[in-house]
Amino acid sequence: MTRRKVFFLVMSAVLIFAASAQTVTITYWQYYYESKVKLMDELIQKFEAANPGIKVEQVTFPYESYNQKVAASIPAGEGPDVINLFYGWLPTYVKAGYLAELPASEFSKDYFDKNFYPFVAESVQFGGKYYSVPTAVRTLALFWNKKLFKDAGYDPNTAPKTLEELAAYAKKLSKYDAQGNLVVAGMAMQPTGQGHCWIREVLFRQFGNVPYSADGRKVTYADANGAAALKWYTDLITKDKVGYPNFATDDVTAFKAGKAAMNIDGSFRIATLNAVKDLDWGVAELPTYKGIKSNYASFWTHGIVAGTSGKKLEASIKFLKYITSPEVQQMWMEKVGELPANPALSEKYKNDPVIAPFLKGLAYAHATAYVDEAGQRTVMVDAVDEVILKKVDPAVALKNAAAKEQALIDDFWKK
Amino acid sequence: MTLSAKRSLTAYLFLALPLVFFLCVRLGPMLYMFAMSFTDWGLLRKTVKFIGFDNYHAIFKDPVFLQALGNTFRYAVFGAPLVILLSLAIALLLDSIPRGKGFFRLIYVLPYITPVVAVSWVWRWMYQQPPLGVINGILGWLGLPAGEFLNSPTQALPSILAVNVWVEMGYCTTIFLAGLQTIPKEISEAAKIDGASDRQVLRRITLPLLMPITFFLMVMEGIQFLRIFTQVYNMSMQAMGGPLNSTKSAALYIYQKAFTNFEMARAASASVVLFVIIMAVTILQIRFFDKRVNY
Repeated sequence: MTRRKVFFLVMSAVLIFAASAQTVTITYWQYYYESKVKLMDELIQKFEAANPGIKVEQVTFPYESYNQKVAASIPAGEGPDVINLFYGWLPTYVKAGYLAELPASEFSKDYFDKNFYPFVAESVQFGGKYYSVPTAVRTLALFWNKKLFKDAGYDPNTAPKTLEELAAYAKKLSKYDAQGNLVVAGMAMQPTGQGHCWIREVLFRQFGNVPYSADGRKVTYADANGAAALKWYTDLITKDKVGYPNFATDDVTAFKAGKAAMNIDGSFRIATLNAVKDLDWGVAELPTYKGIKSNYASFWTHGIVAGTSGKKLEASIKFLKYITSPEVQQMWMEKVGELPANPALSEKYKNDPVIAPFLKGLAYAHATAYVDEAGQRTVMVDAVDEVILKKVDPAVALKNAAAKEQALIDDFWKK
Repeated sequence: MTLSAKRSLTAYLFLALPLVFFLCVRLGPMLYMFAMSFTDWGLLRKTVKFIGFDNYHAIFKDPVFLQALGNTFRYAVFGAPLVILLSLAIALLLDSIPRGKGFFRLIYVLPYITPVVAVSWVWRWMYQQPPLGVINGILGWLGLPAGEFLNSPTQALPSILAVNVWVEMGYCTTIFLAGLQTIPKEISEAAKIDGASDRQVLRRITLPLLMPITFFLMVMEGIQFLRIFTQVYNMSMQAMGGPLNSTKSAALYIYQKAFTNFEMARAASASVVLFVIIMAVTILQIRFFDKRVNY
């Protein structure tokens, strides 16, 4: 009897050990955003059901401290297997050797060309190797407040189509108090928000400039056209007084509170605005200038942490492939509200009044090749501040900005 | 072992605990920081190598660091004396009122016991532009032009400074009040009988007797303003110390180098510089006040 018992115990221990040896557990990290976390839980369940023997553990961190957490954990060897990163951080992590090269058998050039927007492949590729792949992408569009449009005598369902129209609308939509203080901004002007991207990738190009060299290593926006673009932007603040940085806290708060009639913002804001009661708003493609269309695209993207090997690597590749599949992109669009990274999926939304303007923008969007996203943002924000707060000539401010940004880029690549 | 030996051993044992804590949590990391400031340590760099004084050369060539140092001096040079003067005046007034002392003391100490982050955000909102900011609302109501406050590169630093003065005043007033109560009333009464005026009593008796406390507060407030961080972090847009770095303090510069750029060694060298400055200022203050305190 006892012998049998012992035999039974040993056998079951062996069985459990064998089973656990077969199961491989991988970890996935992303920042906390409720709809993303919930959807990821659902995706993990489906993935685990389809792939017995693989377990995925999702770990999240607050958005504000996410990059710090990643930077502190990965070098210490305490990072995850699959990780969600902002595309602008990739150069730092790839150069430092903390991201694994994706296997060409699964993620070839052909695969990217067929399944993703061109700016995606450009941004995740370093030295001919691919390091990361996204589920969703985002672009900018013009948001407008329909009620304020109606109050000002504009058709609430039509947005300005050119920069000239935008400036004229903004002037008419602005309201001031008895002392001449702005109380409703015709247009939110927030370089710290999406404003610096709008200037960098949209206005510069529309005024006839190309902001960076093809490899992104030379800053080329400091010419007469670039200065004209910066002057156009800052004139809205200093001359036309249709808005200014930090008015009503920031652009998003101002627009939500009905204190800004128009704003340039990203597709990631749709859910935020949908949650605001009694706010009647519309979205349109970014205004054109001299017939030139441009847009700024950005994305969060998934990579595999260097050092992941064996069964874990195999499982990670499978998981990566799954969470970037068209099926998941579709779910991501419906549940999180971010645009699919696969152009083929856009067809379904081409008549959606909110989604379509963003999708159209994707076709001609540029993703800035950041090396130091925070530093480069500050450079452009400071250029605007120098013009509006210190009355520096836009051409001079832009020259300073270009020198500072070039130094950041040179510093990154020389080390 | 004798009883007294036992007693002192127990005392040493209890004292050893904070010593261990001090060595591990304060001194250890500090020495490590000194050492690291001579390397190229970065969070994302796999190797660490000795590079001598390169970090120090680099930060002293960085216009942003120099600006941050200048701002730090501005915070300390204007902030600390202002706090001392204002809280001394308030303490003297409070000491002379017969009733309601406790109530007023509570009012003055409230900002100090409120979390700095909460204070910073409330003031940030009060400083806002029309139509939202309370201060600008009052200015508008009085028919005065709106102030730019945190949005202006010249007004932002004084605006943040004012909040910190307001906060620190609570602490200093309380200490001054306690100090005033230790001054024996007999001395000033005797002086008055001898025909001294109120001003003479203040200048010849009260202020000299308060000197040790004034000295203590001057040193503490000097340090407090030299390492100002939380207020700037919370009151400037995106915690950047703007507009145009006009409010960035040395402590915020260090934080950004370390946790935005992950350049730990650069941050360490800037920390050493700030450490040396705080030490130098404190030693200078001790030298200056020492003669005056020993009456």
